[in-house]
Amino acid sequence: MFTRRTLIGALGAAVFIAASIPATAEDKVYIPLISKGFQHQFWQAVKAGADKAAAEFNVEVTFEGPDNETMVDRQIDMLSAALAKKPAALGFAALDSQAAIPILKEAQEAGIPVIAFDSGVDSDIPKTTAATDNVAAAALAADKMAELIGGAGKVAVIAHDQTSRTGIDRVDGFVNQMKEKHPGIEVVTVQYGAGDHLKSTEITKSILQANPALKGMFGANEGSAIGVVNGVTEMDRKEIVIIGYDSGTQQLQAIRDGVMAGAITQNPVGIGYETVKAAVAAAKGEEVPTEIDTGFYWFDKSNMDDPEIAAVLYD
Amino acid sequence: MSTAEAAPPPGIAARLFSSGAHQKLLAFASLIALLIGFTLASPNFMQMSNIIAILQATSVNGVLAIGVTLVIITGGIDLSVGTLMTFCSVIAGVVLTYWGLPLPVGIVAAIAAGTLCGLASGTFVAKMKIPPFIATLGMMLMLKGLSLVISGTRPIYFNDTPGFTDISRGSIVETIIPGLPIPNGVLILFIVAIATSYILGRTILGRYTFALGSNEEAVRLSGVNTDAWKMAIYALAGGICGIAGLLIASRLNSAQPALGLGYELEAIAAVVIGGTSLAGGRGTIMGTLIGALIMSVLTNGLRILSVEQEWQTVVTGAIIILAVYADMLRKRRTS
Repeated sequence: MFTRRTLIGALGAAVFIAASIPATAEDKVYIPLISKGFQHQFWQAVKAGADKAAAEFNVEVTFEGPDNETMVDRQIDMLSAALAKKPAALGFAALDSQAAIPILKEAQEAGIPVIAFDSGVDSDIPKTTAATDNVAAAALAADKMAELIGGAGKVAVIAHDQTSRTGIDRVDGFVNQMKEKHPGIEVVTVQYGAGDHLKSTEITKSILQANPALKGMFGANEGSAIGVVNGVTEMDRKEIVIIGYDSGTQQLQAIRDGVMAGAITQNPVGIGYETVKAAVAAAKGEEVPTEIDTGFYWFDKSNMDDPEIAAVLYD
Repeated sequence: MSTAEAAPPPGIAARLFSSGAHQKLLAFASLIALLIGFTLASPNFMQMSNIIAILQATSVNGVLAIGVTLVIITGGIDLSVGTLMTFCSVIAGVVLTYWGLPLPVGIVAAIAAGTLCGLASGTFVAKMKIPPFIATLGMMLMLKGLSLVISGTRPIYFNDTPGFTDISRGSIVETIIPGLPIPNGVLILFIVAIATSYILGRTILGRYTFALGSNEEAVRLSGVNTDAWKMAIYALAGGICGIAGLLIASRLNSAQPALGLGYELEAIAAVVIGGTSLAGGRGTIMGTLIGALIMSVLTNGLRILSVEQEWQTVVTGAIIILAVYADMLRKRRTS
C-alpha cells in the first residue's frame, strides 16, 4: 500500500529527476532571456534566433515568458529567478515597461548588463534595445492599405491589446498615418481581441455586420490577423482588403490563397539573434549601440518566396 | 470530491484540529522535500535573495488563496478572486492617482471595494440561490470588464503616491532586524494568515464557516441565519482580495487592468494542495499557506534549474494531482 513516506519519496524523486534533466554547464557564459511569451510562433522564432546566436558564440541561453501577456507579476518573478542564477547578462522584453524597473535596478547593482528586446523599457538601465520600429511598420501597413483600396473609404483595425507598447504603437502608427497622409480614408473602429483567434473572429464579424461599406481591415498581430481572415471568410466578404502582421502558417496560407493582401513582417529571428549578440558583447564589457533596429518588411504573394523575406518568415 | 461526508459531523473543534493535522504534516513534508531537492540540485537556489524572491512571489497568490479558502470551507467556490484583486487595485489607482487622495484613503477604498464585491457575490449565492460557481463566474467577468472600463484600459501608475510601493516592496522587518530584508508584502501575507486563522478557529464566524460546509441544512434548521453568515464570509474573502489587490499594485507600482484571469485557479490549486476539501467543511489556513509556498517553490526551483517552461507546467499539474491523491488516500485510510 501507499504510505505517506512513499508519496513524499516520490515527490522528492520527481524533483531529482527534474534536476537531472538540464545538465547545466556551469563553465559556459549564461544568458537568460525573459520574454513576453513563449507559446506563440513569433516567440518561438525569437527563441530560434537566440539559440542560433548561442551556438555561434558558445554561450548558454534560456528562454522563458509568462503564459499570457497580461501576467506582469509573473514576468517579474521570472526575472528574479533568472538573477538568482547570476547570469553574465540578461535579455528582457518588458510587458509593462515601468513595473520591472526595481528589479532591473537590482540587476544593475549586481553588474549584470540588461539588453531589452522586442519592446523598450522606460529607463536607461538597458544597454540597448533590439526591436522593430512598430510605429513605422504600422504606418507602412497604412500606406499599403491606402494603395490597395484606392485612397478612399472605410477601414477597421483589430489589435491585440491596449496596454502593451506594441499594441499602442501599431494602432497609433496605422491610425495616425491614415489621418496625416490619407485623408480620404476613415478608420471607423479599433477593437481589441487579446490576440485570441476566436475572439478576433467574432469581433471581425460584428464589425463587418455593422459596416456594410467597409473596404479594408488591418490585424495588428498574428492572432488578430487570423481572426480577421476567419471573420471575413465566414461572412463571405471577399471584397475586404486584409492586411496582417507577422507570419505563421495560417497567415502565410491566407496570403498564398489570396484571402489576405499581404502583411508586415518583423524579423523575430533577428531580434533573438541580436539580443544574444549584444548580451555577449555587453558581458565582455564591450560597447553596444544604444538601439538595434531589427527591421521590418512588407510581403505579399509576389515576394514572399524571395530569399530575403523567406528568411524572416516563420511557420 | 466524490467522498461526500456521509458520517455525521463530529464536534467542530475536533474536526478543525484533527482533520487538518495530517494533511498539514504531509504538505509540510513535501515542502521540505522540495526545498532540500532544489538545494542539492543547484547552488543558486538556497540563497537569501532567492528565498526572499520566492516569498515575494507567494505573497499575492497566498493572500488570494486564503480568501478563497474561507469560501471553499463553506462548500462554495470563488472564481472572482483574481479579477476582484485587479478591480481593487484599479480602485486604489483611481483614488490615489486620478483623485490624488492620501495613501490611507486608497488602502481603505481598495479593501472596502473588495468587501462590497464579496458581499455582492455572497448575496447572489445566499439570497438569490445562484450556485457559487455561476455567481462568482459572473462576478469574475463583470469585474474584469469594470476594471477595464474604469481604468480606460490603460495601466494606472502610482508615481505620485510616495510610499505606495513600500506596501509590498519595502521592509519593516529589515529596519528592526538588519540583514533580514523580508519584504512587507510577505509580512502582510503572514499577518493575513494569522488573522484569518484566528477568525476560523476562535470566532463564531469561523465556527459557522465550517458548519455551513459540513451541513448547511442542519445549521439552518437549528435557527441560525445561514444567509447572513454566508454573506459575511464572502465579504471577508472579498476584503482579503482587496489586500491582494494592494499588494500586486504596490509590487508593480501600477494597477494593471487586464491582469487577473487565471489567478483564481492558482489560488484554488494552492488551497487544495494545502488539504482543504472542495466538498467543504474542512480546511486550514496553514495548509493553504503551505500549498501556496509549494507552488512558488516549485516554479522558482524549476526555473533555477533551467527546466523547459513547457515541462514546468506539466510538473506543476502533476504535483496538484499527487497532493490531492495523497489526501484521498489518507482519508480512505482513516475512514
